[in-house]
Amino acid sequence: MGMFLMPSLGADMDEGTLLEWMVAPGDEVKKGQVVAVIDTAKSAIDVEVFESGVVAELMIEPGTLVPVGTPLARIEAQGAGKAAAEPAAEPELAAEPKPVPEPVPMPAAEPELAAEPKPAAEPVPADPLPHLAPPIRHLMHQFGLKPGDVRGSGPGGQITRKDVLAAAGESGGITVAAPVSNIAPPPAPPSRPRVTPRARRLAQQRGVDLSALQAKGPVTGADVESFTPKAKTPVDRSAAMRKATAALMSRAAREIPHYYVVNTFDITDTLAWLREFNAGRKPRDRVLPAVLFLRATVLAAQAVPEMNGTWKDEFVASAGVDLGVAVATRSGGLVTPRIMDAQKLDLGGLMAQLTDLVKRAKAGRLKASELQPGSITVSSLADNGPDLLYGVIYPPQVALVGVGGVGPRPFVVDGELAVRTTATVTVSADHRATDGRTGARFLTAFGKALTHPEEL
Amino acid sequence: MNDTQARELVLNALADVAPEIDTATFDPDTSLRDGAELDSMDFLAYVSGVSEVLDIDVPEDDYSRLDTVNSAVAYVVEKAGA
Repeated sequence: MGMFLMPSLGADMDEGTLLEWMVAPGDEVKKGQVVAVIDTAKSAIDVEVFESGVVAELMIEPGTLVPVGTPLARIEAQGAGKAAAEPAAEPELAAEPKPVPEPVPMPAAEPELAAEPKPAAEPVPADPLPHLAPPIRHLMHQFGLKPGDVRGSGPGGQITRKDVLAAAGESGGITVAAPVSNIAPPPAPPSRPRVTPRARRLAQQRGVDLSALQAKGPVTGADVESFTPKAKTPVDRSAAMRKATAALMSRAAREIPHYYVVNTFDITDTLAWLREFNAGRKPRDRVLPAVLFLRATVLAAQAVPEMNGTWKDEFVASAGVDLGVAVATRSGGLVTPRIMDAQKLDLGGLMAQLTDLVKRAKAGRLKASELQPGSITVSSLADNGPDLLYGVIYPPQVALVGVGGVGPRPFVVDGELAVRTTATVTVSADHRATDGRTGARFLTAFGKALTHPEEL
Repeated sequence: MNDTQARELVLNALADVAPEIDTATFDPDTSLRDGAELDSMDFLAYVSGVSEVLDIDVPEDDYSRLDTVNSAVAYVVEKAGA
């Protein structure tokens, strides 16, 4: 038997909100199966279970904020006798094995939480929206809609964004849930306040959580305009994300003695090669220049393994290259999911992984395993203007590759000054783990890979 | 394909990539890469969307013609009519 605990999804997380159970008591679960959705400061994360068995008990109500390490569910090995759904766990029970503060109920429920508030003993239906694209699923949550509420107009009856918006308009409002906690009595049935279309539009534009608005009559545009967010609204989310990034980066600045090595590479021929490479491919199969830098990082990390790993009192080399990729989310925050064993992927494979990861990172649907620290990270501003980027290392890693903007610049070729397309690459490295020489070797290997694309 | 159909196709492809854009009020002359801040990955997904719905090839050299909704509509009409 095992406890399923609130996981730590990255070095900067110390608490999380259980958003949704994807399983019910009595369900069999397999190792690696997504069993819950956890809301961290950064985004909603699908969390997998690490052992197979049967869900004996769900101990925490959706909507509860608990510290990392708090038991969320009890999972019994198969054949150990199936426990029936038990009443909600006592707070004392939830505090085992290590003492934790009392679970903090969410001040005003987020729209996601508005979906289906239930007493703890009632089984939660298994994945209620099994084959919806994450953004659509998210949108439906926001409006408190279930699949049965929305008629799909897409191919094969698929539910589109328009369908969700239309259904939300028909239902005339958003479900508001009472605050949920595992010690509170079952919440009152949700009420459905009316919301004017202008209020809904304004709320969407401003990121105001409609369920947090309190109006006597229908919620109007004026209510939205005069609303100052107090609860955990999307506005608060970006503040929380800022705080999480601040904590992690402060730790990096405090603990890691950084040094930097910088070089500018002429990638004119590499980009010409990439054009050729892409010419015969459909748009979706084309490889973006950003992927060249990822692949060059992987090859350099393999050539100079002292830069690929983590620092825990001493350097621990990583067997594979778990490549962290810094991704800016649409709300303006930053997440760095990792591509596991990136050394096994060619350009096309890396491109496919990156596309999938970025899409889900932006939609706020990453998996817990992807948020564990990688062995080295790439941060790229290639799409924007800056010439170069001095990055801060993600603890406990020991190196970060910063890629500056790609563009035409003066460059010496065969003793002559020429205008070439260049990129300036900065390697930030941890001086506890390596010295400048090692950083320079890494950068040389990186440049060799980048300027010999046929070997990428 | 007429202008209206092409516009709907382009806006749908855009909405798939950038759900936060309100396609009803979006300025059709805004640069998607600079104004709407689509990054290279978003832009590629949008180009892929247009290309796959129409079942036409969109070479990299043509990407700049898809950079505003209006120019993309003209491009789609031209390509689909050919």
